[in-house]
Amino acid sequence: MTSTTIDDAPFIEPSTKERRNYINDEYGVLSWLLTKDHKRIALLYLFSVTTFFIVGGLIAFLMRLELLTPEGDMFTSDTYNKLFTLHGIVMIFFFLIPAIPAVMGNFILPIMLGAKDLAFPKLNLLSWYVYMVGGIFGIIVIITGGVDTGWTFYTPFSTQYSNTKVFATTLGAFITGFSSILTGLNFLVTIHRMRAPGLTWYRLPLFVWSMYATSVVIMLATPVLAITLVLLMVERVLHVGIFDPALGGDPVLYQHMFWFYSHPAVYIMILPGMAVISECVAAFTRKRIFGYKFVAFSSLGIAFLGFLVWAHHMFVAGISTYSAMIFSFLTMLVAVPSAIKVFNWTATLYKASVSWQTPMLYVLGFIGLFTIGGVTGLFLGALGVDVHVHDSYFVVAHFHYIMVGGTIMAYMAGIHYWWPKITGRMYPEWWGRLSALLVFIGFNLTFFPQFLVGYVGMPRRYHAYAPEFQVLNVLSTAGATVLAVGYLLPMIYLAWSVKFGRKAGANPWGAVGLEWATTSPPPKENFHETPTVTWEAYDYPAFLKAMKETQHV
Amino acid sequence: MTDFPLFPEQASSVAQYVDGLYLGLVAITGVVSLLIWLVIFIFAIKYRRRPDNELAQEQEPPAALEATWIIIPTIIFIVIFVAGAWVYFRIQRVPTNAIEIYATGRQWMWKFQHPSGQREINSLHVPVGRPIKITMASEDVIHSLWFPSMRVKADVLPNRYRTMWFEATKTGRYHIFCAEYCGTLHSGMIGWVEVMEPTAYQRWLAGGTEGSLASQGEKLFEKYACNTCHMATPGARGPNLAGVYGKNVPLADGKSVVADENYIRESILNPQAKIAAGYQPIMPTFQGQVNEDDLLRLIAYIRTLGTEKPQITPVESAQSMQTSAGATPSTAGVAGTSPPAAAATSTTAPATGTNQ
Repeated sequence: MTSTTIDDAPFIEPSTKERRNYINDEYGVLSWLLTKDHKRIALLYLFSVTTFFIVGGLIAFLMRLELLTPEGDMFTSDTYNKLFTLHGIVMIFFFLIPAIPAVMGNFILPIMLGAKDLAFPKLNLLSWYVYMVGGIFGIIVIITGGVDTGWTFYTPFSTQYSNTKVFATTLGAFITGFSSILTGLNFLVTIHRMRAPGLTWYRLPLFVWSMYATSVVIMLATPVLAITLVLLMVERVLHVGIFDPALGGDPVLYQHMFWFYSHPAVYIMILPGMAVISECVAAFTRKRIFGYKFVAFSSLGIAFLGFLVWAHHMFVAGISTYSAMIFSFLTMLVAVPSAIKVFNWTATLYKASVSWQTPMLYVLGFIGLFTIGGVTGLFLGALGVDVHVHDSYFVVAHFHYIMVGGTIMAYMAGIHYWWPKITGRMYPEWWGRLSALLVFIGFNLTFFPQFLVGYVGMPRRYHAYAPEFQVLNVLSTAGATVLAVGYLLPMIYLAWSVKFGRKAGANPWGAVGLEWATTSPPPKENFHETPTVTWEAYDYPAFLKAMKETQHV
Repeated sequence: MTDFPLFPEQASSVAQYVDGLYLGLVAITGVVSLLIWLVIFIFAIKYRRRPDNELAQEQEPPAALEATWIIIPTIIFIVIFVAGAWVYFRIQRVPTNAIEIYATGRQWMWKFQHPSGQREINSLHVPVGRPIKITMASEDVIHSLWFPSMRVKADVLPNRYRTMWFEATKTGRYHIFCAEYCGTLHSGMIGWVEVMEPTAYQRWLAGGTEGSLASQGEKLFEKYACNTCHMATPGARGPNLAGVYGKNVPLADGKSVVADENYIRESILNPQAKIAAGYQPIMPTFQGQVNEDDLLRLIAYIRTLGTEKPQITPVESAQSMQTSAGATPSTAGVAGTSPPAAAATSTTAPATGTNQ
């Protein structure tokens, strides 16, 4: 897959028509499986997380089919319980958490910093192997009978009552956690130590700030998950009383420990999405992000406050009235930095040059859906409403608006935005826009009815339900069908474009950023010469002036 | 498919507050979200890229704008917090004149016991216009008792009692759901709450029982030989329990504890945990011998000790007609089931939840 590059960006030395790039630098399966190149590892991750996304998506579709009718008529209750458990585990641990950091972070972050690679290339490769070992545990569990605890593994059900593959599943999640930790560590050290000359903190793209915040959360929260899962396994296998009251433990303690990781994990999933959105908003408006420092520090604010709100998952679980009050208040505060981001992105559009290309359509979809996801979080943070809607479909709708409407929309935006850089080819624009439209419509049709059916009283994780909930469930399943088409299209046309797509050139978007100042696909060492940075992030006025001058020459 | 509600019935005293807060939030967040979308939409069209608009116009962000959209949302969020907490207090604070009902959750059914002794499975009869306080525990995993029409829900834990309450405001038949995933038949752990006129409730109560909870507890108190140590005579080996409920109990380690349901439960199951001052730690544990139903009966009896009159006049009846369903086969697995309660249970008809 060779590609000649067309130099149309002013930051490139126009003479270097480099034929070698990271893809054709070496050949053979081993050159991929033993690579230390962050770009190749990113592609390994891309194939892996896409596989898990397909598995998780198929499971979701089976669940939606079952929920077409109130009766549990397609699967047995046990099968349905395993389906929603596996959907949650696969999507959260094997897709959402690694997706943006391990694919786009791995590929783009070192290039954005003007570095040749991450600080620890071997650790980076190790992280992929660790992830795959965890993933293989997940696959083995699916093949050998599944697990039925829900992705939350609540005790004492998971330790004493479930007779499914709880041990193998938690071991898989435990192992995968270390892959996150290695990636987070690698990013932190790289951002601190490997920035190009002149690339000061306030010249960093906002992607880097968000990835930094994500890495801090990963490093501090994931070990708590590891501890919690080890305790769970110890209780399940050795019957040491930790969480099970019959053995002298406390089941609510498990929930505290689990959410102390899993609430920050929500930010591990959404902060990288915000990272991508900031990049795309700047590139497709040709403008500096409005309030750069506010957006940068709101990422750190989210990372910090995200550690203080875990018990808002437990308002009806038996915590005291006063601790519920404190956690409700802190939950309101954590909404502030997210609101700051939304307002600043919106303000960036003012007097901008807004392109309607596919990544921007996904970005506009993200802002709209993330806003709904965010404000419905306020409903859940308000104690009086939470008592009613907790553990109902309202919660299911809320977190899908954040995780799917937020993170996956951002993931799609990022994949389209950096696809020309990764492959050197353009995706077909018309099909891209169609997919963005289908995903937006399908998503809303799938998940908006779930807010309504949740408030009416449909509990989550129900295999069969009361007849009055059916209309909204049918709408939801119809939406899931549209959504499935919206996700299938990019898989097909992106694969097609690798061979047949138009050659992209170094900078097809006319975007500012070090990744657009090197060839597409980049050479193995990213840059022929280490760049020196003398401009602010998103310095479009200077960039566009330079572009006009080159056109006049 | 004919029925297509967007709200559950408003059937409790707190429902209007919860719905009011919900609609208020829908209004505020709806307006704000619509404004954001409108602004995005207008900007995205007005400033779309055209040949004469290849270059964005830069402007310095005015600090006042940033301050505005930090301070105003923060104020709105705090107002939402206060409103949510206000409604929450209404949901949490149990009125003093409530009828006390005991509930046990187990895989996969709800059992309710009335103070006068009636027991029912997957259905709950309550009078309209009286606060109902439910004290509940689980026999196995965590469950969650949800009455959507009452807008209240609470997790049911296997290691301690929790309470919830509601006051039904209109008669009718409303859903009971288990909201915390609890295994295979989680979605079948459902039932109906029947809200009745007070006179109809009285008739229902009179329908049959094996004696009040407290009188059943008294029999258990003798059966487990609690009365051999817990006597009113001086020098008894165990503390006299008359009037102990709700009082402060000084402990051997100098601290003190209020003798509520959770303390009494702990003292039966794990007597060494908190020793009353002046007594030796000689009481054996009853963990595994007294099941959740019997624990509730013992506590109901201990609560009546030292009061002049029993709170409830037991309505004796030879047959338990109103016990809506008997024990399922899985009852056999529970340790310590024995007469009189279990014997009566096992003679009734096999389980057929009344909701079907």
